[in-house]
Amino acid sequence: MSTTTPGEITMPMPAPAPSSLMEKPAFSVPAKKMAMWLFIIADTATFAGCLVAYGFLRNATPNWPRPFHSITNLAVMTFILLTSSLTMLNGVRAARAGNKAGALRWTLITAALGIAFALLHIREWMALIDEGMTLLKNPWGTGLFGASFYSITGLHLTHVTGGVIALIVVGLRYKGGRYNADDLEVLGLYWHFVDLVWMFVVPFVYLLNLAH
Amino acid sequence: MATEATKNGAMSKDLIVYVCLLVLAAIQFVIAYQSISPTQMFTRMIVVAVIEASLALLFFMHLADNRGLLWFVVIFNVFVLFAMQYSWTDSFRISNGVPWAK
Repeated sequence: MSTTTPGEITMPMPAPAPSSLMEKPAFSVPAKKMAMWLFIIADTATFAGCLVAYGFLRNATPNWPRPFHSITNLAVMTFILLTSSLTMLNGVRAARAGNKAGALRWTLITAALGIAFALLHIREWMALIDEGMTLLKNPWGTGLFGASFYSITGLHLTHVTGGVIALIVVGLRYKGGRYNADDLEVLGLYWHFVDLVWMFVVPFVYLLNLAH
Repeated sequence: MATEATKNGAMSKDLIVYVCLLVLAAIQFVIAYQSISPTQMFTRMIVVAVIEASLALLFFMHLADNRGLLWFVVIFNVFVLFAMQYSWTDSFRISNGVPWAK
């Protein structure tokens, strides 16, 4: 039975456009990956702004403290974060190969390394707080040091914490079939970015403030 | 067979980049203990940090495989980073050009 009433003009439905006529994604990158790249670019500006502001304060303040005596904790933290990038790569590679158990294992190892990094970071903060360094004052010189140190390292630690939560959630959902290898790769980009930022935080915030 | 060889090749490339990053990080720690001026120390550390970041971007984040995206990311970031440098002269003015300067 026809649903067309007498006198009604019926328009033929257009045929679906062939894929050659569809707009190609920018830089041949899938939308999710492109969104992560745009986030990374924006976040780079955030961290760069913090580091430039820190550099300005350090340069313009006469009695800038140099309180760090040992680099052992810092070296271990750096080693852990760099290693976590390698384990993340292994996780993505396993996911690409369809090895779900392997991908989940490497992703959880990466998350564990992130947790270890965060715990070492918190331990370092607690030691500095015990020495009297707060956001507004410290025993060594200008109070701006504590404010800038906690702001920059805190922002990075927030990124690590968020990354760890995302790694666990995405890893488990990938294993459960809700997410695919592309999702894990997008998360990997974020994790490598967190690692990349640390490469600038270490020299500028820690190593340039070593006590000699 | 070819897929397995490609996979092993990618793994060994990642491992080489990882070792390079560890070595570069170690170089930064060595620089920190050198008896040089803060300006020299800053310059050397930023050079090493940029090399580290480039390696991570190119190989861990696979920008080396996508030339268009590489240029997009680099040009955008370089522009933003250069735009942020306008304040340095003012920081020198504060430390050297005011009555209470050193």
